[in-house]
Amino acid sequence: MVEHTVRAYDEELEALTAELSRMGGLAEVEVGEAIRAIARRDVALAHGVIDRDARLDEIEAEIERRAIRLIALRQPVADDLRRTVAALKISMNLERCGDLAKNIAKRALVIAESDPLTPLTRSIERMGELVAGRLKDVLDALAARDLERARAVWQRDQEVDEHYDSIFRELLTYMMGDPRTIASCAHLLFVAKNLERIGDHATNIAEIIVYEITGEHLTDQRPKLDTIGR
Amino acid sequence: MNTLAPDAFDTSVARIDSRKVKLDVRELDFYYGKTHSLKGVSIPFAQQSVTALIGPSGCGKSTLLRTMNRMYDLYPGQKATGSILLDGEDILRPGVNLTKLRARVGMVFQKPTPFPMSIYDNVAFGVRLYERLGKADMDARVEDSLRRAALWDEVKDKLRASGLSLSGGQQQRLCVARGIAVRPEVLLLDEPTSALDPISSAKLEETVTQLKTDYTIVIVTHNLGQAARVSDYTGFMYLGELVEFGETAGMFTKPATKRASDYITGRFG
Repeated sequence: MVEHTVRAYDEELEALTAELSRMGGLAEVEVGEAIRAIARRDVALAHGVIDRDARLDEIEAEIERRAIRLIALRQPVADDLRRTVAALKISMNLERCGDLAKNIAKRALVIAESDPLTPLTRSIERMGELVAGRLKDVLDALAARDLERARAVWQRDQEVDEHYDSIFRELLTYMMGDPRTIASCAHLLFVAKNLERIGDHATNIAEIIVYEITGEHLTDQRPKLDTIGR
Repeated sequence: MNTLAPDAFDTSVARIDSRKVKLDVRELDFYYGKTHSLKGVSIPFAQQSVTALIGPSGCGKSTLLRTMNRMYDLYPGQKATGSILLDGEDILRPGVNLTKLRARVGMVFQKPTPFPMSIYDNVAFGVRLYERLGKADMDARVEDSLRRAALWDEVKDKLRASGLSLSGGQQQRLCVARGIAVRPEVLLLDEPTSALDPISSAKLEETVTQLKTDYTIVIVTHNLGQAARVSDYTGFMYLGELVEFGETAGMFTKPATKRASDYITGRFG
């Protein structure tokens, strides 16, 4: 990309992008550790995730401040405008991912107090790895401005839904088999739901990246499974 | 890294529905003596729309504007070839009545050019050249023109004062009033706000937006924000060529050519 005649403009756009990639890295850690906290029943790890969430909120506020300032002072158009708006929207999605990770970590604290439900936790962990992988892929696509990679994440949205659906059935089986597991299972159901939503945010981010690069909206209906679990 | 940007020589000219085209420039070449300053420019101007022409200094946008009411005919050694169809009729062919043409295609210049006469007479002046109106009709025409130019409220109590006593922004709107008093079909504006303060510019932009319900408006501007605000279509010119033409919202969110993109984002050269 050719540089702007006004160099400070480039610096401001770069700063916005740098802040966003910092936020992406942190969100990735939060999601990854929340999943590990569930899998390993690791209370310290869960507390770490909960404590760090405020940091994500701060970075989101910082990105919003920078983007508003840039829009007010530079009046970005064309690819600069798309980049600025994309940063705003992606940061909102990442902030939500952080909230969901924090919620998973809180449930990890509760679950750690009951008996382990090892096979279920394994299923959740596998779903978590899939979701964390999608988040990583989409953030890599963002960093490299890689259109194909973003599109690939968008197209694989359904895999997470399938996992969620199967975990839902598995949890029902457990709860019916042994009512003493209901409390833990209910928490795990929310964990699975939160993971599914993190996956959705990864898909949103993929859509935003495609718009940022091409200026076109992905109009096809997103591949979607009915996750009501009938 | 995906590079979707087209190469530096791409051009992209959107088509618009021919029924909407008021003024159609086709394969226009223009020469100042030996200088070839417009090169095969083809661009449509839609009726009841504002079209902005943007581009760096010397790109030919003012020249293009000046061909559309044959202003260049006043200067020796300037020549246009190609055609410019106004409602399907070529205004470049010999034998066109230039006085009538300029009544149909009005122009407002970069610097306000009020005549050294009263505000009223400034507006009535052009009308008297083409029409014989009684006093009541003329009064009505002057008021209507000043209202449309968003100047009436500021001058209604001093119509006999000199046009030169007005502020720069008011003078420019007076020139717009004078331009529209003869009821033209097309209004050409050559950087009409470059000498105006932001409030006066905003008023003129509002005037332009109001006027487009009745006119075909072409505005040359160096102010990209202004082009984005007032126009429906934008043409980007460079070195005498039309590089990109299309709907303004598209041009400013997703330009089709690299040169237009670099220019509007401030990356030129």
